[in-house]
Amino acid sequence: MSIGLLLALWVMAAWLTADATILPQPWALVGPFRREVMNGELPYHLGETLVRVAWAFALAMLAGGALGLVMGRNPVLNRWLDPWLVIFLNLPALVLIVLCYLWIGLNETAAIAAVVFNKIPNVATVIREGARALDPAVDAMARVYRMSAWARLRHVTLPQLAPFITAAARSGIAVIWKIVLVVEFLGRSSGVGFQIHLYFQLFDVTMVLVYAFSFIVVMLAVEWLVLQPWERHTRRWRQE
Amino acid sequence: MIRVDIAGKHFGDVQVLGRVRFDIASGETVALVGPSGIGKSTVLRIVAGIDTRFQGHVERPEAMAIVFQEPTLLAWRSARDNLLLTQPGLTPEGADRALAKVGLEGRGEAFPLQLSLGQQRRLSLARAFAGKPELLIMDEPFVSLDPEMAEQMMGLTETLIAEARPATLFVTHATAEAERLATRILHLEGRPATLRA
Repeated sequence: MSIGLLLALWVMAAWLTADATILPQPWALVGPFRREVMNGELPYHLGETLVRVAWAFALAMLAGGALGLVMGRNPVLNRWLDPWLVIFLNLPALVLIVLCYLWIGLNETAAIAAVVFNKIPNVATVIREGARALDPAVDAMARVYRMSAWARLRHVTLPQLAPFITAAARSGIAVIWKIVLVVEFLGRSSGVGFQIHLYFQLFDVTMVLVYAFSFIVVMLAVEWLVLQPWERHTRRWRQE
Repeated sequence: MIRVDIAGKHFGDVQVLGRVRFDIASGETVALVGPSGIGKSTVLRIVAGIDTRFQGHVERPEAMAIVFQEPTLLAWRSARDNLLLTQPGLTPEGADRALAKVGLEGRGEAFPLQLSLGQQRRLSLARAFAGKPELLIMDEPFVSLDPEMAEQMMGLTETLIAEARPATLFVTHATAEAERLATRILHLEGRPATLRA
């Protein structure tokens, strides 16, 4: 219903604009979309961006999760690292991207590192809150029963952190793919961001929209087909 | 034999425990009683190895079990997994037998939050006894229960202790509970708290 309303607004705006080079009608994207799929350009660039998103997401979740966990469990370390976290949280994404390209070079490592460094503080902040909320009684129980460190992490700590990990993952994936597009826009020769940059230079609004919407659809599919089922799985024990 | 020799325990500048020394033989049930806030749970946490910041020494076996005031279960794991994860030597069949012993037959797949509070407490007891503990520690296990459920749980605990015969230390402020379950009662009193002679 709401998507239908959005489409109606688009149709209305395109009709009022009456200039397909500025805002084409939604159905005008179908032809260019099909052409890009058939000639392999869209799948290739989508794939490149998805690989970068996957790497950046995995690394940011791992590093940010570990940092948040130790900061949440260790007040001394938290006091030391909290100012760093605040600084990195407030550092504009663009600054980190430019610095990574300048320091590391215009390569894949710099591209992914820029995204990871942008996202780590957010993930760490969320997971730190989760680590502070861990139930000390359950932890004490696990130690009395001599559960190994690995078993405690897997069966005691991570399940309690699951809602926070899910929240960090969902907000993370939403932010990461947008930053990946900027990274590609500024310094890569492949990916959806690169294609948007290319068609921006050609002032081809239709193709910009084709690539943008294609990737939005893919990320919505990731949200609906991966993240939401996983969240339901992690919450199944709450069913009364 | 469990040997407890606490020379002192401080929280900041405040000394809460003085010399607290006692032994518990295998098969013996020792109740630690005293007014609220005296330090009973602190002694228990030291004996369990949860609190390691104290002066003194505790000799305890490897096979230990604990029952808290609340069931303190892994709510995100099934009832059977709650036993299997805390007792690595246990088989799924052994876990089901331990569940049946506390009246939870056929509930192995249920998550703790799908059980009533009484069943959760039974599950907590099943977990404690599933590993055949040499030392059982209980922290006011019958507090906040209605009289009927407290009676049921005490009866069940008595039966399980009689079967497994661990060295048992339990904290309570209810004299009736102590007199019913314990073979020996220790009184904690004073500030810093010590055992009454």
